[in-house]
Amino acid sequence: MTESGKKINLSNNQTPMPCLKPEERVDNFNEVEKGYDKFSAENEALRCLNCVSKPCVTMCPVNIDIPGFINNICSGDLDKSYSILYNYNALPAVCGRVCPQEKQCQMACVRGRNGEPVAIGRLERYVADNHKKLNLKPEPNNGCKVAIVGSGPSGIACAKELATLGYSVTIFEALHSPGGVMLYGIPEFRLPKKILEKEISDLACLGVNIQTDVVIGKTLSIDKLLGELEFKAVYISTGAGTPKFLGIPGETLPGVYSANEFLTRINLMHAYSQEYDTPVLQAKRTVIVGGGNVAIDAARCARRLGSEVTIVYRRTETEMPARKEEIVHAKEEGIKFLFLSNPTKICAENGKITHMQCVKMEYLVNESSQEKKLCAIKNETFDLQAECVIIAIGTSPNAIIKDSCSDIEFDDRGRIKVNDETLRTSKKRVYAGGDIVTGAATVILALKYGKKAAQNIHKDLIASGDVTT
Amino acid sequence: MMVEIIDKIALNKYTSKMVLRAPDIAASAKAGQFVIIRIDEKGERIPLTIAGCDIDRGTIDIIYQKVGFTTYKLDYKNKGQSILNVVGPLGRPSELDGYKNVVIVVGGSGCAIAYPQAKALSENHAKISVICGFRSKDFIILEKELKSISDSFEMVTDDGSSGNKGLVTDVLQNKIKDGTADLVIAVGPLPMMKAVCEITKNFRVKTIVSMNTIMIDGTGMCGGCRLTVGGETKFACLDGPDFDGHKVDFDEAILRSKDSSNSKPFCGKDCNLFKGGLK
Repeated sequence: MTESGKKINLSNNQTPMPCLKPEERVDNFNEVEKGYDKFSAENEALRCLNCVSKPCVTMCPVNIDIPGFINNICSGDLDKSYSILYNYNALPAVCGRVCPQEKQCQMACVRGRNGEPVAIGRLERYVADNHKKLNLKPEPNNGCKVAIVGSGPSGIACAKELATLGYSVTIFEALHSPGGVMLYGIPEFRLPKKILEKEISDLACLGVNIQTDVVIGKTLSIDKLLGELEFKAVYISTGAGTPKFLGIPGETLPGVYSANEFLTRINLMHAYSQEYDTPVLQAKRTVIVGGGNVAIDAARCARRLGSEVTIVYRRTETEMPARKEEIVHAKEEGIKFLFLSNPTKICAENGKITHMQCVKMEYLVNESSQEKKLCAIKNETFDLQAECVIIAIGTSPNAIIKDSCSDIEFDDRGRIKVNDETLRTSKKRVYAGGDIVTGAATVILALKYGKKAAQNIHKDLIASGDVTT
Repeated sequence: MMVEIIDKIALNKYTSKMVLRAPDIAASAKAGQFVIIRIDEKGERIPLTIAGCDIDRGTIDIIYQKVGFTTYKLDYKNKGQSILNVVGPLGRPSELDGYKNVVIVVGGSGCAIAYPQAKALSENHAKISVICGFRSKDFIILEKELKSISDSFEMVTDDGSSGNKGLVTDVLQNKIKDGTADLVIAVGPLPMMKAVCEITKNFRVKTIVSMNTIMIDGTGMCGGCRLTVGGETKFACLDGPDFDGHKVDFDEAILRSKDSSNSKPFCGKDCNLFKGGLK
């Protein structure tokens, strides 16, 4: 018993989360993890010691009051629990599913010192999926308009904060639906689109207006937003959406996709369903190049389209940046992994891919500096038979804003330069955050930037007299 | 955002023009740019050139030839109905300033791209020669429009059913041999643009081609439109669609364009597939 009278679940292991069995999931796009029921959630919530130091809160990029929301699960008040989550995070159902908890909150959990950490992500998801709908309504309007460019997590977080402060917020989205990478990148079996739609629809309840099919820098310029259209500030959260390629021979052959193209065909355009018009290559064997979440997502999608799938990663398994649970799921689904292997050429006959040439890699240690360096092993090459190759080696910022707005400063990697504290860009009244500033990162980090930008925009608009408090 | 079809005009048996209400696009569109459309919830995203725009009316024109699933499906839409999504103007505008004597070589529905380019050049007071090639007289579009803004106009058809029988490249040779042309614009099927570039390379005349590739988002996100230009990977949606024709790897682009896995299987004529889905 603790001070509050709460029983503690002393088990060193996390309460398991029910999952579809591999054979139940490899031929469809249904969500793999099914989420806790009430009993499991309460059982797991009771593992939280509500410790004094709360290292989980410190490690969370948006500092969610984690023990606070967990305690309300124990007391059965899910609505209270959700309002705590939503206060810090505009997308709890998304983050519960896609955050790399093992590198953030759960890494710091004191229960992890002697067993498994509290399953914070699973609990977050449980609360987000099972609470009653919040009674959200627009705040009294303060008469000030703010434009947000891009409807990914950073834009959504910024919109939510600003709407809560009474701003009239419009999000401009280039695609035909909002959500950014959460929509076109993360597959249905990991983040069902109806979950995402529900979280985005909460923005509409707060009075946020989302305009799809508008490319800022093409359809409307930033100067037009700030001038004729009378927005008092602009937040640029256009992400890092442009795919990188390896630069090896054969990469422009038909049958080679960027992971973005492959995932967009499937997630945004529903190419896996006969009812939709967008097609996708149905290959017998698919090779994925890369080791991040995007590589795993693409591999698992290809598996679901009936392909035999191999992931080729140039480093070792422990270095894979992908979320651990997803690597486990991918293995269960029969996806093969080749580590310390790097592609050198994609080969074709009569315009159709036949195989990919690879070279084995090794770490060489520099004796004086003890630095490890990844090198190709001479003559240790091998061929991988495949009809489809998917390149998932990362993305870089999109260049449309850069090409269209000469008074915003960018660094040599195409990222917008901002003041770290204020998130102001070199252009007056224009702010930026998320992947367009950091390079490709996580949903939660993008959310953090969105919130921070909103607070700074508010502060600056008060200072400039555009808003009176 | 639903976009209304203000008008639909058949240009020939296979090709039609639609006038769409899209004031923001009309206000910022320039020659060489395109839109991406999605007809309905189930539809694919395809790029179509902005063939004209009227800022005062807030409209843009698109011209499509029925060649694949989505263009056939689009043709079932009529005046007064809507297209679910239209986004643009995408791509870089054509760079047409400073040229005095331009030869425009155009094949088939490439006229939809060449016409706004020719119009912009004529507003810049360039001398314009147009060489148009069509499969037969049944495929001719924009003849009157192109004639009206060109200083010389020649037409060839594959079967001689209109103009001379022959290829645009036969005419081009004669047009540029005097060395006065300072720019050639080639718009049409990839083998035609490749052949044009082989000729203009010999005469050392700068040549711009318009690369019409597969695209999904049209904003640099999918990379489906990538091609090799001067040894570098470029995206047609961000860096194009216009490129220096002497640097484009046409053989690679032709190989990519033949990839049938990226088009929905389709019988190639009006079919029952559309009747249930379109209202």
